[in-house]
Amino acid sequence: MSDRNRLPVIQDETAGCGADSPSRRDFLRTAAAGAVIAAVSGCKPDAVVEELQRRHLTELSPARLQEMLGKLEKKWSAQYGKAVTVGARPPMPGVNFGYGLDLSRCIGCRRCVYACVKENNQSRKNPQIQWIRVLQMDKEHGVALNHATPYYDPEKVPEPGHFYMPVQCQQCRHPPCTKVCPVKATWKDPDGIVVIDYDWCIGCRCCTAACPYGARKFNWAEPNLPAAEMNPVTDYLGNRPRPMGVVEKCTFCLQRSRSGRYPACVEICPVGARKFGNLLDPESEIRQVMERKRVFIFKEELATEPQFYYFYAT
Amino acid sequence: MGFGEFLQGAGRQVVTGGKAYKAWVAVLVAMIGIGLVGYSRQWNQGLLATNMRDQVTWAFYIGNFTFLVGVAAAAVLLVVPAYVYHWKPIKEVVVLGELLAISALIMCMMFILVDMGRPDRLTHIMPGPGSPNWPQSMLSWDAMVLNIYLILNLVVVVHILYRAYRGRDYAKAFVVPLVLFSIPAAVGIHTVTAFLYAGMAARPYWNAGILAPKFIASAFCSGPAVMIILFQILRKTTAIEIKDEAIWKVAELMAYAMFFNLFLLGAEIFKEYYSHTEHLLYTQYLWQGIGNNRALVPYAWFSLTCSVAAFLIFVVKKTRMNWKTLNLGCVLIFSGVYIEKGMGLVIPGMTPDTLGEIYEYRPSAVEWMVAIGVFGLGALVFTTLVNVAVPIMMGTLRAKGAPVEIPGAGH
Ligand code: SF4
Ligand code: SF4
Repeated sequence: MSDRNRLPVIQDETAGCGADSPSRRDFLRTAAAGAVIAAVSGCKPDAVVEELQRRHLTELSPARLQEMLGKLEKKWSAQYGKAVTVGARPPMPGVNFGYGLDLSRCIGCRRCVYACVKENNQSRKNPQIQWIRVLQMDKEHGVALNHATPYYDPEKVPEPGHFYMPVQCQQCRHPPCTKVCPVKATWKDPDGIVVIDYDWCIGCRCCTAACPYGARKFNWAEPNLPAAEMNPVTDYLGNRPRPMGVVEKCTFCLQRSRSGRYPACVEICPVGARKFGNLLDPESEIRQVMERKRVFIFKEELATEPQFYYFYAT
Repeated sequence: MGFGEFLQGAGRQVVTGGKAYKAWVAVLVAMIGIGLVGYSRQWNQGLLATNMRDQVTWAFYIGNFTFLVGVAAAAVLLVVPAYVYHWKPIKEVVVLGELLAISALIMCMMFILVDMGRPDRLTHIMPGPGSPNWPQSMLSWDAMVLNIYLILNLVVVVHILYRAYRGRDYAKAFVVPLVLFSIPAAVGIHTVTAFLYAGMAARPYWNAGILAPKFIASAFCSGPAVMIILFQILRKTTAIEIKDEAIWKVAELMAYAMFFNLFLLGAEIFKEYYSHTEHLLYTQYLWQGIGNNRALVPYAWFSLTCSVAAFLIFVVKKTRMNWKTLNLGCVLIFSGVYIEKGMGLVIPGMTPDTLGEIYEYRPSAVEWMVAIGVFGLGALVFTTLVNVAVPIMMGTLRAKGAPVEIPGAGH
């Protein structure tokens, strides 16, 4: 992973916007264009100028990034009526995350799906966005997509004759989604997490077409996030509120995992089917699973080499 | 008396025309109006106003885009036979082909724009303010080659017309290399667009080496079909002379392209059905449907019928050289390729989706409206450009005092 693809690290918060604020020349250049666009689109000129002045995240200075985060915190704190924090947690050195899912334990209860929606501030309705998809499959056919459905709705799970396979972003080592993005709005961080800058994404959905796991979800409309249900502890590349017209997906709850906590889905799973940890640490839970059980990856023929492993513990 | 005066003259010519011209323009403006109504709805509601969803994430808009890239490419490729067979009105063929290419490219870009979730962030794809993902992303390449191709065509056309307007012949040393360069560029825009699909391993229906050659073959069917009809209209309504032989030659070349296109289609179908792997599902969805999901089936067969009928018309000399059947054939092949390269390519690629789910897509009212608007705009651009270009080429529209006969312009 090249340095270019790394989030600028915020060192100290004393650097104000003075020294690093965009130059006047820069401003004049974009202001003229902004006025034209504003006239055409009927948007507020300020917002448009700010949008045009924006540079790719990796080109921002730490001070500029900090300033941007501050603005977002203010905006969302007012909008949701609570103290919203927007972090930009950098990947931790010496950490490469891995995930394990025990297919023999999963009962298809979808608690992970809803815990994820809550933790990650997904749109609740019109349209409903879910990052985890639990597929019901037939025992008779094994892991086979042409016999799978996410739309099962019995009184009680698990149902006889069926087993369940949850699918979410596999944090591929060779992610086809980042390759196709025309604007570098999505990239793989050194800790293995594939992230999206929701404020840089142009909504072309190339990545959605390229992802073999249906992991990427598009905001087809303005997301619907009730203030009461909004999770105020957020990260810029993680669970902060998203705008309309951009793509989002699972980030291994980076707002949690990069602070040493488990992803929400791991915590909630009632049967302990979900394992998570640092692949570089031989003692970690995930490495222990890999040592003792036999793991496999989904769609291995595509050579995406996921950091998400499936296994059968029993 | 410079370029400004040329633009003024051209501007006056845009609004000059008979009743039929004005009525036609009015129709196109109405179409654009419909498009604007549709797009304003989409702007407010988001892309939820379309029937695209996460399962089928690209659809009607991108299908139209893909088809039109073919039209843009093939219109200019007609330059090749024009050179090889020494057609008399070669300059006219070049200019008209490039005008069609320009209009098709404008439509291509409009279809991309309306498909974007954040058109307001368009600058992000430009070098400078943005961060184009070269050399990895095929879409950032596509944006680049389409723009280069557009500029190339604009420069050549404006140069030829401007010179003619001033009563001078075009600068051969300037135009010929550019026109020659536009030939690989035309193949290039088409190949890059094919690679956009073919590079996606997640979608087995697209992930095939045959895609790029198939794109080129089908483009050679649809683009010239427009040109043949256009040549006939212009022959009737203006003083431009286009020899029958030129049109028949185009028709003959189209027959080869059609054969090749059908052959490639057959090869694909054989491979899918004979090997009968899990990848057969997508082809099956197009031609037979899966269970009750048969939205595309009638279109697929309609398209095949059109293409085969057109091929027969073009292959039999008698029907190829009969204007009525020839024109019928042009309409048939245009419709056939429109379905095959549009919906027939995009939708089965995503149905079933990567997790096996089948979402039956049909364009929404808003999508139809927006598409009507984009086609209206493209047709309007083309109509007005032709309306300006023809009198200049015929010598009836000239700068004051400029000679009507262009010195050294052979015919
Ligand atoms: S699962 Fe999909 S979204 Fe996640 S890294 Fe792989 S290709 Fe990208
Ligand atoms: S939708 Fe956004 S993240 Fe995905 S490819 Fe397009 S710009 Fe990149």
